[in-house]
Amino acid sequence: MTEEIIIAGFGGQGVLSMGKILAYSGVMADQEVSWFPSYGPEMRGGTANVTVILSESRISSPVLNEYDTAIILNQQSMDKFEHMVKPGGVLIYDPNGIIHPPKRADINIYKIEGTLIAAELGNVKTFNMVVLGAYLKAKPVVKMESVEKGLQKSLPTRHHYLIPMNLEAVQKGFESLELVQAV
Amino acid sequence: MGELRLMKGNEVIAEAAIRCGCDGYFGYPITPQSEVMETLMDREPWNETGMVVLQAESEIASIHMIYGAAASGKKVITSSSSPGISLMAEGISYIAGAELPCVIVNVQRGGPGLGTIQPSQADYFQSTKGGGHGDYRLIVLAPSSVQEMNDFVELGFQLAFKYRNPAMILTDGVIGQMMEKVVLADYIPRLTDEEINEKYGSWATNGRKANRQRNIITSLEMDSGRMEKNNIRLQEKYTKMEEEEVLFEEFRCEDAEYLLVAFGSSSRICQKAVDLAREKGIKVGLLRPITLFPFPKKPIAALAKQVKGMLVVEMNAGQMVEDVQLAAGCAIPVKHFGRMGGIIPSPGEVVEALEQKLIGG
Amino acid sequence: MELKDIINPNNLVYEKPKLLTENTMHYCPGCSHGVVHRILAEVIEDMDIQDKTIGVSPVGCAVFAYNYIEIDWQEAAHGRAPAVATGIARTNPDKVVFTYQGDGDLASIGTAEILHACNRGENMVVIFVNNGIYGMTGGQMAPTTLIGQVTATTPNGRDVGRNGYPLKITELIAQLPGTSYVTRQSVHTPATIRKCKKAIAKAFQAAIDKKGTSFVEVVSTCNMNWKMTPVKANEWMVENMFPFYVPGDLKDGSKTDPESYTPLKN
Repeated sequence: MTEEIIIAGFGGQGVLSMGKILAYSGVMADQEVSWFPSYGPEMRGGTANVTVILSESRISSPVLNEYDTAIILNQQSMDKFEHMVKPGGVLIYDPNGIIHPPKRADINIYKIEGTLIAAELGNVKTFNMVVLGAYLKAKPVVKMESVEKGLQKSLPTRHHYLIPMNLEAVQKGFESLELVQAV
Repeated sequence: MGELRLMKGNEVIAEAAIRCGCDGYFGYPITPQSEVMETLMDREPWNETGMVVLQAESEIASIHMIYGAAASGKKVITSSSSPGISLMAEGISYIAGAELPCVIVNVQRGGPGLGTIQPSQADYFQSTKGGGHGDYRLIVLAPSSVQEMNDFVELGFQLAFKYRNPAMILTDGVIGQMMEKVVLADYIPRLTDEEINEKYGSWATNGRKANRQRNIITSLEMDSGRMEKNNIRLQEKYTKMEEEEVLFEEFRCEDAEYLLVAFGSSSRICQKAVDLAREKGIKVGLLRPITLFPFPKKPIAALAKQVKGMLVVEMNAGQMVEDVQLAAGCAIPVKHFGRMGGIIPSPGEVVEALEQKLIGG
Repeated sequence: MELKDIINPNNLVYEKPKLLTENTMHYCPGCSHGVVHRILAEVIEDMDIQDKTIGVSPVGCAVFAYNYIEIDWQEAAHGRAPAVATGIARTNPDKVVFTYQGDGDLASIGTAEILHACNRGENMVVIFVNNGIYGMTGGQMAPTTLIGQVTATTPNGRDVGRNGYPLKITELIAQLPGTSYVTRQSVHTPATIRKCKKAIAKAFQAAIDKKGTSFVEVVSTCNMNWKMTPVKANEWMVENMFPFYVPGDLKDGSKTDPESYTPLKN
């Protein structure tokens, strides 16, 4: 099994760290992983994206032009990555800030109200964890306990008190995924 | 078995330097490799192993600090990215001329000029054919994974000290910025002054002891006859490297009718392209040079007898392709496919290029 | 009296320092470098630091300094000696490191390296021989060439509009908090030679005591490229260079105490 994911949105949405936690979760589940970010000044307020690959076998290219799953968190990323989802693949998006919803008829489309849910949880910084939870509902590539271990491994010890709050957000996202279109 | 971590290539360079018993790092920030020095400064190895880390005023100063420390027998490393390596070219030539061991990491970005901060492999010529003035060669290692970023630091030092020659780790923004699993090496202690004297006392300038002549580290020789001899000695050293140090990897070459040749991050993309092409029924393999100098001429020459054509895939306008053409000879077509300016070719594009440039053509 | 009666250890009043090699110096007759080399050899011998001293020679007339003093040497690229010395000093904190540089090397192409090494307060000695001209390449203008001075690239004299002002780099260096002892000396008379030797010994002691960078400028002659006899060159130096490059100590102490700064709270 190989899962090739692009996570794309604005800098500051926690796109890269969401990818990092997912990658760490894969390591905890004894999978091969790669994490390749967009980098440089564009990250500061501009668009940010990260390619994460989880696999049972050795990963070849860390850079891809088609994905099993696209997690899309702003309009620019929708414009850039919608057409790069493999036929039959998955697209998850947060409708907040999306003017043109996805139009593809050959892929599975899901919605997650990540912005709203994070606000309801009382911490907008948990947005990316809500989206991660939603993703794991659509694609159960790693177990929840691996995510917890991944959080422990990727967060510095001084931030470990934040883990329960983050896991709650992951759980909330897991429960809140909405199917828009199945193929 | 060492410690398993998930790390960026750049971070691993720093960690590997500390663990392999490096005496010093001298560098200057530049994207996309600044994490090397940032990681070192955060790790504070001066408290742990005594390793020195210094942010210099420029790449020029960094490389000359490397010269000074290396000339005293110390195990020292620097890192930069393309424009910074151009600035270091002066010092690298002096280091090669004075025959000093060190490791230089180039996390390439696109050029020319200030270019782009995105990944590139356009410094192949600069790294393998010299880069600075004079007839010299670097040992050039091209890692294709974060694990190799770790492994090639110590390998680079071993080769550098064996030949008293600078070794370069030629990588790019993809490998530098990406995270993968890596098994870190165990700690090697730094050499003491006594051990350095024992190992390198015949040449290292760390204070003239009563039991030896003074040591002089220089690349200068005013007598042309002697200078030619110095050059011949260097060339003999490079020939020995070509005979003994070539490293490469083959992927699905056994029954290949076509061959991709790629190094570093491009070789990762090509591995995927090989799998994609084979799904379409094209029998293609991949040869990945690991040492770019010395270049794996013989395995390429051998495969030239087996395959119908070769496609060299690089993130540049066509540089390594010249070495592949020289090694392969004229019997088969050797074509180039590349993207520039920081664009990373996709596996699909490589398969298309293979079909268009070799199979269809 | 026969020659062997004259050449007799009992009659010895002045000898070659032990650390000066047998090599014949390549310097022009009348050049100041030979005197400065001798002082260095004497100081290293007197301080008994031969086995831990590493010299860094420049590009310029003193490029072959390594041929003349019996210590370990490194030959640096043009202007980069302070960076090379930094690399040695940082990774060999128990060693004594000095650079030996001319005015083109130190004050032109190597300005960044010397300022930053001094500003970091590297524990090393800088010997700066300033003769106001590029000697080795045949008498071109240096950053320290005086206004109106004729050189190969200022055949009608240095013109400020075209060439800028003579650079008082030592005054600049003395401003830097990383320097300990900054002085300007000369070696044109026995008295100034003795004084210069004291200054160089003091500079080495400051580096050994980890007081920061010590810096000794030696205002010198280049009679060959100045196109004068050695005697006339000495007179010309006193008359023209000393008013502008005034001999004497510019700073005498230690690098600024880091405790005197209040670091920002994190």
